Formats: sequence, structure tokens, C-alpha cells
Amino acid sequence: MFHDHRTRPSTRLSSLGQSRRGYRGRVEAIKVLPHHCDLPEGELERRLIELGFTEGARVEILYEGLFGRDPIAVRVDDSTVAIRRREAMAVVVEAFEAHDD
Amino acid sequence: MTISTDVGICHFALIGTPNSGKTALFNALTGSRQKVANYPGVTVERKSGLFRTPAGQNVNLIDLPGTYSLRARSPDEEVTRDFVLGRMSLETPPDLLLCIADATNLRLALRLVLELKRLDRPILLVLNMIDIANRRGIEIDVAGMARELGVPVTTAAAVRRGGIDDLLRKLDDLAMDRAAAPSGVAWQPPSSTELRAAQREADRIIGVTVRKPPAPHTLTSRFDAVLLHPVGGLLILLAIMFVMFQAVFTWAQPPMKLISAGFDWLGDQAHTALPPGLLQSFIENGVISGVGSVVVFLPQILILFLFILLLEDFGYMARAAFLMDRIMGNVGLHGRAFIPLLSSVACAIPGIMATRVIDSRRDRLTTILVAPLMTCSARIPVYTLIISAFIPARTVWGVANLQGLVMFALFAAGILTALCVSAAAKFLVWRDNPTPPFMLEMPDYKLPRVRSIAIGLYTRAKMFLHRAGTTIFSMMVLIWFLASFPQPPEGATGPAIDYSLAAWFGHLLEPVLAPIGFNWQISVALIPGMAAREVAVAALGTVYAIEGGKEAAPQIGQALAQHWSIATALSLLVWYIFAPQCASTLAVIRRETGSARFMALTFGYMLALAYLGSLITYRIAVLLGAG
Repeated sequence: MFHDHRTRPSTRLSSLGQSRRGYRGRVEAIKVLPHHCDLPEGELERRLIELGFTEGARVEILYEGLFGRDPIAVRVDDSTVAIRRREAMAVVVEAFEAHDD
Repeated sequence: MTISTDVGICHFALIGTPNSGKTALFNALTGSRQKVANYPGVTVERKSGLFRTPAGQNVNLIDLPGTYSLRARSPDEEVTRDFVLGRMSLETPPDLLLCIADATNLRLALRLVLELKRLDRPILLVLNMIDIANRRGIEIDVAGMARELGVPVTTAAAVRRGGIDDLLRKLDDLAMDRAAAPSGVAWQPPSSTELRAAQREADRIIGVTVRKPPAPHTLTSRFDAVLLHPVGGLLILLAIMFVMFQAVFTWAQPPMKLISAGFDWLGDQAHTALPPGLLQSFIENGVISGVGSVVVFLPQILILFLFILLLEDFGYMARAAFLMDRIMGNVGLHGRAFIPLLSSVACAIPGIMATRVIDSRRDRLTTILVAPLMTCSARIPVYTLIISAFIPARTVWGVANLQGLVMFALFAAGILTALCVSAAAKFLVWRDNPTPPFMLEMPDYKLPRVRSIAIGLYTRAKMFLHRAGTTIFSMMVLIWFLASFPQPPEGATGPAIDYSLAAWFGHLLEPVLAPIGFNWQISVALIPGMAAREVAVAALGTVYAIEGGKEAAPQIGQALAQHWSIATALSLLVWYIFAPQCASTLAVIRRETGSARFMALTFGYMLALAYLGSLITYRIAVLLGAG
């Protein structure tokens, strides 16, 4: 389910679900693929929005779980959200360059 | 629908995102004048309380379950939605929505306010924890925010003395000119486009009304660096659990002994005050010892909930769920199931009550299903009795005591079975239900307040005693009835229980239980043992005609060693790992799930496991020559 890092496209876009601790970026889009969750269509997207994952929100991965680095604790603007990597795969993020900060 | 004005009482509803300090504000407004019940037909807690505004207006305040949106996703959130929309036939629609937001974290809350605004109901937005926001240098233009949102806004610091004065004054202004509640609001769940638009608008309003210093290194992030450390965090969690477990077992002992002694004394008083006969037996063995056997758990429940409330108020529960999620998730359990399951090692009743922290119904039911498999303290007297009578106190492998090893194996078997059953439930019961995602906000750490902990404990104790007084008590009376009727005939020589319905059932069960090595005496003892597992010890004493009840355990052990084979003893041990031998637990499952079918399912699967486990154990033991 997790893509190998070497196959990651060379752009700054990636998925929050495959990012590592310390990753900082901005939400680019919510893109739910069927394997991201078992919920009815559109449900995960709305839940993510309700927890603050809207386009432009600043995200930072603060902590990772011990096993499989899962789940992750993500700073989303002013709040901290715990989420499994599986669902976080639906969050497309753009990494900050050093000068973005 | 303005019945409320006729009786001179306003109905306000408290609504807000989880962790907005809603409960603290509810406590500050209503104090101990709270009522906890269930909404009809669902297992969602209905918390209401009364208070009076400075101008003398009486207000009935309902604390609705926390939600990020009216778009309900759980039974709790459905209650919030239906209540706000006035769709609950038995509830008065609220005259005012008291929408509460954490002033330090406004993004999600303002989106909710915008969603609520579309309902066209009177709203007052309360910016809670304003003291913390101010301390962090966050400046909020309250008047500007009210203008931008189009709803009145006020501030509060619910945990501070005098922190709600502004709010109370504002309520008076609003209560004066509140509009008649329109009924049957047309409402559609917002689409993702609408949610996005609302969030953008909320972010815009925050942009123009809130000034924030650059994010400081808060205390929360310093705590989290330790408490959420992948290895260190887990170790700390284990340490906290260890202390909690110790406390439940050891601190609870003195008050439990006291309660137990108190009820024994009461029983003796009844025994001497009443003439021997049915009434004496009913009062002494049915009522007093029945109530006593339940109330004795109160200290354990209070200590357990003290820990749970402290951890919850501190903000640690979400962290514990985060740390345990992956481990529990492998067997289809939610991270939050960890604490209820651990609590069940003391007693399944508080454990099952503690599952209320799990918001997904599926996860909560799975946890309730397996909680009674954890080795509770009531099994220990039975285990001790059989182990000391049948298992030699030999040293094995040079270090371990065989008796201790068997005890450990019994504990481990309970935990392993619980994990297997929840994994099985994931594939069998919930096959068609989607796995609920694990997504939760982790609140900032806060110092728990004595007052709110006290109120929380008080309501739990009240709930438990209420339950003990109704459902559980009636079960106890039923068991007493079975063990006492019919009465022994004149000149009977055997113990009274031999002539009762329980004995009749026991003899009836004997052929069914014979394949697993149980004689009729065991079958009879299992029936009063339904009251609580440890009662079986005294019951075995009764059927083997040994006087002295629980205190006579060594003599009972000797009697058992004469009458039973080792195979029978092992079979009974295995039986006690699995068997649903606790009427109180079943009653609590019935209450907490609101479903008799679910109680029957729990009873059924545990009984099946017990029979199967005992059958296999007995047969193998007999084959090995222990029969």
C-alpha cells in the first residue's frame, strides 16, 4: 500500500500518508481512492475537511507510532490530529521549501 | 412549539466540537444539579441540568454530544443533529443554541457555527478558555467576530471562578427577546464543496478578527515529546496502567472490606431480629447480601473512574488511544478500547461502563463483547480454591511456582481469548460493516479541575447505584428465589439448597455437564454462582455441607480434593475462564448496549467457549490418566 520512496515523483507533491516524521507542507487536495477507506463515497473527504484538512492548511507530522510508524500525529494549522496512514493517504500535500516558512 | 414559555423555563442546548471545554462549561453553569439518563431507544447519554440567570430566568440546559458537524456519523452525533433540528418527538426543541468554542483553536468551531447559522435558530457563540488564549497572547476582536459571523459572541473561562459572569449577563439579554422556535427545519447534510466553502469563510473571519503571536513552543508540545515518544510513550502508558491497576486492587481493598463487613453486620442484625423462616432468608440472603454483593464493587468503580476522568481531563486519553491504536487495530479493536479492557481485569462492570469513551458503535460493541473474558477479581477466589486444592506447590524449571504458573496461564488465556474473539467478530459479526477510521483531535493538555472530577465521580456513582438498585438487584432476588424454593420438607437432613429449584436445575443439567466432568454438586453450585463468580465458593461449601461460607475455603478445598478428580478440577478452572457466570455483567451489558439480543449473544458465545474448553480439557486430562 505504501509506495516505495524511490518511485515517488520528483515534484514536491506527495501523500501525507507516506510522509515521515518532521515533514512540513501544505494541503494541496483531498483525493480519496477506494483503498483509502471502507467508508461510503465522499465520506472520508468530508471527515478530513471537518478535521481541518482543507486546501492551503499547513500540516506537519509531529509523531509516529512505534509499529509501522502508524498512526501519525499531524499538526493541522492550530490543532493536532491523530490519523492512520491509510486514511492520510487521501491527503495530497506539497512540501515547504526552506524559504516558505 | 413554545411550551417552554408557558411553564416559564427556557431550554438551551450546549453544542460544540469535542474538547471545546463543553463539559466544564456545563458543570460551571449547572453545578451538581445534573441529570444523566439515556435518550429513548439509543444508548447515548442525555445530560441535562438546571440553572438560573441573574435576572431570575430558569433555564434547562442540555449538554449535547460533541460534534464537528451536524452531518452525523455516530449515534451520539445523530442525537445532536436530531435535537438541534427539533426532530426528537419527546424533546422540546431548544430556544437557544449555546455554541461553545475553544478560544485557542477556533478554526473547526467557527465552521460549525456557520453550519448552525443556516438553521436560522438563535445562537450564542461562547469563546471558552479565553484566559488561556489571553495568556498565549492571542487577541480576539469579539465584537468584530460577532459582526462577521452575524451571531452574538461572548467569552468565558469555565474553569475559573467568575469566568462565566459575562456569559450569564449575555444570556439574560438574549432570553428576553428570543424568537419562537420554528419547527421542522428543512436541512440537508452539507456536501464537501459546502464544507470547504464554510471552512474558507471561517478562516477568513479568523484572519480579520484574531491576532496570534507566532506559534510558541507550548507546554503541550513539550509534554508530547515525551508522552508520544514511540518507545518512551508506550512505557509511560504501561507505567500509568500499572499504577491504576494497583490502585484499583489495593486502595479499594479497605473500603470494600468495610462495605462487605457492613452488609454482613446488617445481615446478622436481620437474622437475629427476624424469626427464622422465609422472610428472614429473603431479607438476609436475598436483599442484603444481594445488594451487598453489588455495592461492594463501588470503591473499585470510583477509583477506576477517578483515573479515567483525570486522564481524560488532562487530555491523555487521546494520546493513549494513539499509542495503542496499531496494537489493538490488528485484532479489530479501537485504540480507545485499551483502557476499558484493562479495567475489566478488576471487574467487567466498570470496564463495560468505561467503553463510553469509544465513539464508534462498532468498536464499542466489540469491546463490550470481549470485556467479560478478561480475568476479573471475582474469579480469583474460585481459581485460588481449586489451584490450592489440586495443583501441587512444586517448583518447576527451577524458578517458577507451579501454582503461580497455573494462575498466570489462566490470566493469559483470558486475554488471548479476548483478542481472538474480537478478531473473529471483525470477520463474522462486522463483515459487512466498514472498518471505522481512526481519526481524532488531540487536545492541548490541561490541569484537571477538582470540581469537575468530583461532579463526574458523583454522577458515575449515582448511575451505578441506580443500576444496582434496579436491574442487578432483581437478578439477585431471582437467584435467591431459585436457591431457596421450594423449602426443605420437615425433618430434612441435607442442606436446604438440595431441595430447591436450583438443585432441580442442577440435577437437570447434570447429564449435560457430565461430559465435561461436572457432578451434580458443581451443577448446583453454578446457579447461585451466577450472582457473582466468587459466590460459587460458598455455594460449593453449602452443597458439600461445610459451614462457614467464604471463610471456610481451606476446608472446602479438602472436601473437593476428596470428591473430585484432577480432570474435573481442571475442567472447572477452564470453565471459569470463559463462562458468563455473572448476572451483574450481563445486566450491565443489557443496559449499556440497550439490546437484550446483544446480551444473549455475549452469554451464548461465552457459554459455548466454556463448554468446548472444558470438554477438551476434561477429555485430554482423562486420556492422560487424571480422570
